[in-house]
Amino acid sequence: MIDTYWQLFLAFFIPNIIGYGGGPAIIPLIEAEVVGHYGWLNIQQFSETLALGNALPSPIATKMAGHIGYSVAGIPGAIIAVFATVAPSLLLMILLLALLYRLRDSIKVKSMTLLVRPVIAVMMAILTWKFLLSSYTQSGWMHSALLIGAAYLLLERLKIHPALVISGALMYGGLFLG
Amino acid sequence: MNRQWQIFLAFFRIGIFGFGGGPSMIPLFHKEVVERYQWMDDSEFSDVLAIGNTLPGPIATKMAGYIGYRVGGIGGCCNAVVANIVPSIIAMVLLLTVLSEHKDQAWVQGMGLGVLPVVVVMMGKLTWDFFDKSFISFGALGTTVIALISFAAIVLLGLHPGFLIVSLLVIALLRKEQSSRDKLLAQEQSLTKKPVKGQQ
Repeated sequence: MIDTYWQLFLAFFIPNIIGYGGGPAIIPLIEAEVVGHYGWLNIQQFSETLALGNALPSPIATKMAGHIGYSVAGIPGAIIAVFATVAPSLLLMILLLALLYRLRDSIKVKSMTLLVRPVIAVMMAILTWKFLLSSYTQSGWMHSALLIGAAYLLLERLKIHPALVISGALMYGGLFLG
Repeated sequence: MNRQWQIFLAFFRIGIFGFGGGPSMIPLFHKEVVERYQWMDDSEFSDVLAIGNTLPGPIATKMAGYIGYRVGGIGGCCNAVVANIVPSIIAMVLLLTVLSEHKDQAWVQGMGLGVLPVVVVMMGKLTWDFFDKSFISFGALGTTVIALISFAAIVLLGLHPGFLIVSLLVIALLRKEQSSRDKLLAQEQSLTKKPVKGQQ
């Protein structure tokens, strides 16, 4: 059990201590640990977690940590995963405030974000591809294409709230893909 | 006590009304912290945001934790973070637990399949945004070179992305030590307060 707790801590500590660009940047890094390295979830379970995370308010990284931690090791697991997500960078911020204040306009720090961003973008592209492949192999291209088209139209063109679009997709899936 | 209650309310509201992940919640933080409770003025708020961005990890919890700490000490820090993130974590765990109890039912599996294409669109949009931002701030050449290297390292060589990111962070840190031109650029930038467009 202690091993699992330690693994949970590492699985969320590592993405959050190297992931520049806010919560969404951390998603592909968490996938690399949770799906790729430890195999706690498969890609479809990960996508369900992400979908429900997007249907609920508040930061995405902490919701993913809470749920994955809980499903791996119950309430202590959830607390460890959320702690590993929140505490390290928050403690650094409070302890090093004076130093960071001087660095806030520094080119060095800005170039850290600049250099990491393309890596995150590539990881996001790979993750998008994995989700697409998983949808294609399980639901076929017709359902996948229809839902992708509808989701794009509703989310990006008509700016419908993500919670509504995800509820609609859940209903569609329950009725036609079950 | 009263102050802790205010901290709880402010970050609870931000947590339950903020959709779309941490970065899109920043305007809500501003509304509560600067406008409603006036714990900070505009310039201090933007400093806190800039400082938060010098560190990795989610931005919302850093903002909540630091502002809570400033206003109400260590108790305020914990209070703010808990109020901000715990309600939605509980909702998430309850929802997914109910779903996984019925996971043998065909319609529950269908629901999982139904949201998968929506996640494709959301992740695709995030991918696009990150590439777009990178093209604007880092240039097409730099973005393409690093993207190709990342793709080769992660997909072809199976390297852990962490190694790649840490190497790039080290390069970024070393780069500055050597160059005094960058320092001048930074000073100039902060003096004029104008963002340098298309900088490398």
